[in-house]
Amino acid sequence: MTAAVTMDLEAGTAPGGGVTGTGALTVENFSFWYGPTQALFDISIDLDPQAVTALIGPSGCGKSTFIRSINRMHDLLPGARGAGRILLDGEDVLDRGLDVVHLRQRVGMVFQRSNPFPKSIYDNVAWGPRLNRRPSRRELDDVVEHALRRAALWDEVKDRLRENATGLSGGQQQRLCIARALANEPEVLLLDEPCSALDPIATQRIEELLWELKKDLTIVIVTHNLQQAARVSDRTAFFYLGRLVEHGPTDQLFTAPREERTEAYITGRFG
Amino acid sequence: MIGLTVVAALLATLPLLLILTLLLKQGASSLNVAFFTAMPKPVGEVGGGMANAMLGTVMLIGVASAIGLPFGIGAGLYLAEHKAEPLAAVVRFLSDVLNGLPSIVVGIFAWQFLVRPVKHFSALAGGIALGVMMIPLVTRTTEEMVRLVPDALREAALALGFSRWRTSLTVVLRTALSGIVTGALVAVARIAGETAPLLFTAFGNQFWSTSLTQPVSALPLQIFTYAISPYDEWHALAWAGALVLLALVLVVSLIAKFVTRPRFGSGSD
Repeated sequence: MTAAVTMDLEAGTAPGGGVTGTGALTVENFSFWYGPTQALFDISIDLDPQAVTALIGPSGCGKSTFIRSINRMHDLLPGARGAGRILLDGEDVLDRGLDVVHLRQRVGMVFQRSNPFPKSIYDNVAWGPRLNRRPSRRELDDVVEHALRRAALWDEVKDRLRENATGLSGGQQQRLCIARALANEPEVLLLDEPCSALDPIATQRIEELLWELKKDLTIVIVTHNLQQAARVSDRTAFFYLGRLVEHGPTDQLFTAPREERTEAYITGRFG
Repeated sequence: MIGLTVVAALLATLPLLLILTLLLKQGASSLNVAFFTAMPKPVGEVGGGMANAMLGTVMLIGVASAIGLPFGIGAGLYLAEHKAEPLAAVVRFLSDVLNGLPSIVVGIFAWQFLVRPVKHFSALAGGIALGVMMIPLVTRTTEEMVRLVPDALREAALALGFSRWRTSLTVVLRTALSGIVTGALVAVARIAGETAPLLFTAFGNQFWSTSLTQPVSALPLQIFTYAISPYDEWHALAWAGALVLLALVLVVSLIAKFVTRPRFGSGSD
């Protein structure tokens, strides 16, 4: 196993942060099955820290299955199983003995549809730290503010933290979900088509946000929007029919793809 | 066609209106403060109330809730969160059968196991019989309410590092809470008026009794006893008791409605 990148990280300065690793992900020969159906075939890829990796490909190609494997969201699905290794800072996340609760604190996730709890804005963000770290009241205030600032939502909600989160706009809700994930001080942030239900302005805000966040996070984003992939990502991986066809630096993949299928997809000939 | 359904809808509510009118006409005159505070008077004496029966009903509801709520909510949560498992299908079926069981059968069951061995009737036996009747009612509404909680919320909680049971207890149960409370209140309203399971468990008692191990009276029992008696003043009290029982059910239903009113609109509020 070779570590993807070794670089100095100035992360972990956040209040209450318990950041340990760098968030480097190395996937080795990962395959995945839903019961008898194989959804992913022999995926090997490095997902770099301090970078955004975009996963593209037509619907049903396994992007979401892959991203959800990284924080073991498939665990509760009967008949789902994976093979191979997904190493987070050298530790195999697929290891049965691994503490999944701890893993999911290190690997945050944002979903396609914003899913705030029907609670106050404050409670939504405080939810993770409150149960996982049991901070004092003051610490919690700081953690919530810090997370909301990082998610570029603080200025919009600071006067209405006690109001219900479901009253926020779609874009705000999605940024709240990002803040909620950030409050756990994760090393990796997974985003599964986070902008597919948002208007262009809200989408742009999230994309700008990712540029900021990648300074101290490993970010993996699934997207159907090729322009978005080109805009936000440093590296892009093209999935097709459960296989990782090609991956590399984003500008290279979009301008000079090595594989014919990649070129066909990014030029809109299928998918 | 639409006209017919409107007529049917109106007819469906007609019985309640008729019952209410009848009870008001027959029972309102006997309804006074003494009815709620005084004990029953011997035959021939005018006045008296049903204070002991009201206390009994409260005790029975308490015991029944202590059994029906935890088991019902727990079972409903299990059924909703593990809906695909074979055991869930079995439990759901049996719960429906229990729900359809005639209440007198539940009473016999409680008599056999709770009255016969100790050789005397008790409030506890009556409360347990009512609690058994409550379980399937609460199970069903809990399951329905928990199923309404979007999967996206469960995923959000799991992705934040919550264990599965913690997700169920905090996010899922809390989101479904108002619906579950309504279900519990409706179940209470339903069992508060049950008579048959109490006939040979709580049995009835003419005296003030706060002991769970002694027989107690209950509103429906007292109504039954008074209604089949040959005395006019007891008949009047029975009407009043029926009116109180109906009012109790109405009030509980109204509270249930108040609890479930939508609080979290989709718009900003």
